[in-house]
Amino acid sequence: MESSRAVTSGPSLPVSNGAFAMALFIASEAMFFTGLISAFVVLRAQTLDWPPAGQPRLPVVATGFSTFLLLLSGWSMFRARLMSRQGRGHSAKWLTLTAVLGASFLLLQGAEWTRMIQFGLTTTSSLYGGTFYVLVGAHGLHVVAALAALLIVRARVVRGGYSEGREDALLPMTMYWLFVVAVWPVLYALVYF
Amino acid sequence: MAHSAHHPPVGFLGRYVFSTDHKVIAKQYLFTGIFMALVGGFLAYVIRMQLTFPGESIPGYGHVSFVHYNAVVTLHGTIMIFWVAMPVLLAALANFLIPLMIGAEDMAFPRLNMLSYWIFLLSTVVLLSSFFVPGGAAAGGWTSYPPLSGSAAFSGGQWGVSLWILAVALEFAAFLMGGINFITTAFNMRAPGMKLFDMPIMVWLQVVAAIVFMLSVGPLIAGAVMLLLDRLVGTGFFDPAAGGDPLLFQHLFWFFGHPEVYVVLLPGFGVIGEILPVFSRKPIFGYRMIIYATFVTGVMSFIVWAHHQFIAGIDPRLATPFSITTILISVPIAIMVFSYMATLWRGSIEFKTPMLFALGALAVFLLGGVTGIHNGTPAADIFLHDTYFVVAHFHYALIPPVFFAFFAAMYYWFPKMFGRMLNERLGVAHFVFTFFFMNLTFLPMFLLGFMGHQRRIADPRVFDTLRNAQVENLHWLATIGAIGLLLGQIPFLVNLVMSLIRGERAEANPWRANTLEWTVPSPPGHGNFERQPVVYRGPYEYSSPESSEDFLPQNAAP
Repeated sequence: MESSRAVTSGPSLPVSNGAFAMALFIASEAMFFTGLISAFVVLRAQTLDWPPAGQPRLPVVATGFSTFLLLLSGWSMFRARLMSRQGRGHSAKWLTLTAVLGASFLLLQGAEWTRMIQFGLTTTSSLYGGTFYVLVGAHGLHVVAALAALLIVRARVVRGGYSEGREDALLPMTMYWLFVVAVWPVLYALVYF
Repeated sequence: MAHSAHHPPVGFLGRYVFSTDHKVIAKQYLFTGIFMALVGGFLAYVIRMQLTFPGESIPGYGHVSFVHYNAVVTLHGTIMIFWVAMPVLLAALANFLIPLMIGAEDMAFPRLNMLSYWIFLLSTVVLLSSFFVPGGAAAGGWTSYPPLSGSAAFSGGQWGVSLWILAVALEFAAFLMGGINFITTAFNMRAPGMKLFDMPIMVWLQVVAAIVFMLSVGPLIAGAVMLLLDRLVGTGFFDPAAGGDPLLFQHLFWFFGHPEVYVVLLPGFGVIGEILPVFSRKPIFGYRMIIYATFVTGVMSFIVWAHHQFIAGIDPRLATPFSITTILISVPIAIMVFSYMATLWRGSIEFKTPMLFALGALAVFLLGGVTGIHNGTPAADIFLHDTYFVVAHFHYALIPPVFFAFFAAMYYWFPKMFGRMLNERLGVAHFVFTFFFMNLTFLPMFLLGFMGHQRRIADPRVFDTLRNAQVENLHWLATIGAIGLLLGQIPFLVNLVMSLIRGERAEANPWRANTLEWTVPSPPGHGNFERQPVVYRGPYEYSSPESSEDFLPQNAAP
């Protein structure tokens, strides 16, 4: 992150500081989701009627479509990094596509939430509702954060901020985006089915 | 080195306040931690006085109501673990030592490092402010178990626990940034020639501690988020009335809470591992074995947590495996302790203050470790759980790394940090007071525990079984010990202030030690190393036949 610093010539891992630090951060994030998921599994196993009578069912198909969009954004992020590594000037376009797909995912999720609340599924209506909003909401906040980071990175790419001496500048961002994408199918499978 | 590219900061603010220099950030953490230790110590004084003179007005504090007593106990534990042990042992020592010991000019991410301190300071302000909100500070214990902590009616008001959760969350964000920085720096920024197994024990143990912290903190954050929602929104995840499960929080808490013990213990053991070879003038015994034992400890620390819940209503079939892992984890820890003791064997031991505190830490920890076996055995724990035996046990286990090792580190590295020596005579007095009064405080508590004295009760006299002269006498002893222990810190504080002002100037290597931090001036300048050091050997080559001196620095050309 400190582009002005010289690299120490000592023995080190074959990854940059940024990518290594991101891997560590992702590991602790993964443990956060593990905590949420295990809480969900425990609460679900202890509740006799799941989903409870009178509570709306979650929209499997509509969310399946937004899942598809999010997975697609993972692919376009991957392309953006590939372009950047090969020194071709198209990475900003692919970043834009990634951001649009990520934002669409969030919008669809938001629309779904408002419908769910109208149907009477709230954080306090049941543990079913509470866990739904906590798990999906925690992931949604991660997408928001990743999207904000992505827009900052994109602005830097457009300005040419990464041009000199930065090998694989998009790697940490790509790692985080793919993490946020990869967590979602797990939550989708657990919470919606 | 990249000196030209890395401008030294200018002005008071740039140099001492908004600094990205790891040495300055270390000192910021250090002084914040020492300040919080005084707050936590004062709360300990209130607890002891209340137990010895229940209901009477305490000099310097006033009358303690029962609810308020719970808040005092909660904040004492919270502060000592999260706002003293963590900032001092991890943040201050790792920040100061890792770059210097591996020959780097700074941390991998200096600005992230600065951000880490400022978020930590914010968390400190949030926590201290909770004393002054309506309803008072959090009173649910440092473990914050629901359903007590989930409901305002039981935990002393709406604000206290919520602020507590917020402060802890901010603090963990700060240490996450710090931990990522430490690990990245140690793995990626080492001086040429320094292989992983040339790193000092301190660096290794800090790295393992940081990894354990990072991997254990997530589930607690998940639990804290759910607890906060229970309080603020009314979700009921941990509320049995709403179908929730209070035991679930205990699992999420202790999945972090027990590894946390090792997060605090390992840096303390790192300090001891640095000091013993220097003051024995001998290579450390079993360098690799100590590091492997650390790995095993780190991994095992994730599978012992339910030993905190033997009487909480968990399935007895779950208790047995956790009891076995709990007793097994003492094996790697014993390997470390025995390696340290073997380091002393036939050494030329110098009883300087750092060495006294390092040896004192081992001696006291032995009792803490051995009594852990009692608590880890369900049959014994059913009787001992939630008594003063447990209080004595964890103070014997945690005071060695948090205070003894920290004091050892201060007497040892103070010259490097501030360029002046600490006074040796005051140091020895400090050690004698601390060691004696620590034992006077906590030995009686083992007995109180055997007599069935519960912890976290504000007035022992309300129980018939505790209304007798023996209990009163033991409380008296413990209180005299606690006051002596607190007063015994005066020589240390005086020593700090006096030595900062007019202590003897420290040379670069006053202890004739091998590690890289002693090859630069005391205190080191901005950027640490004038020229890039090159490392030729491990950190503990004392009394080596290759050298005419009895030490051989890591960077001395062969």
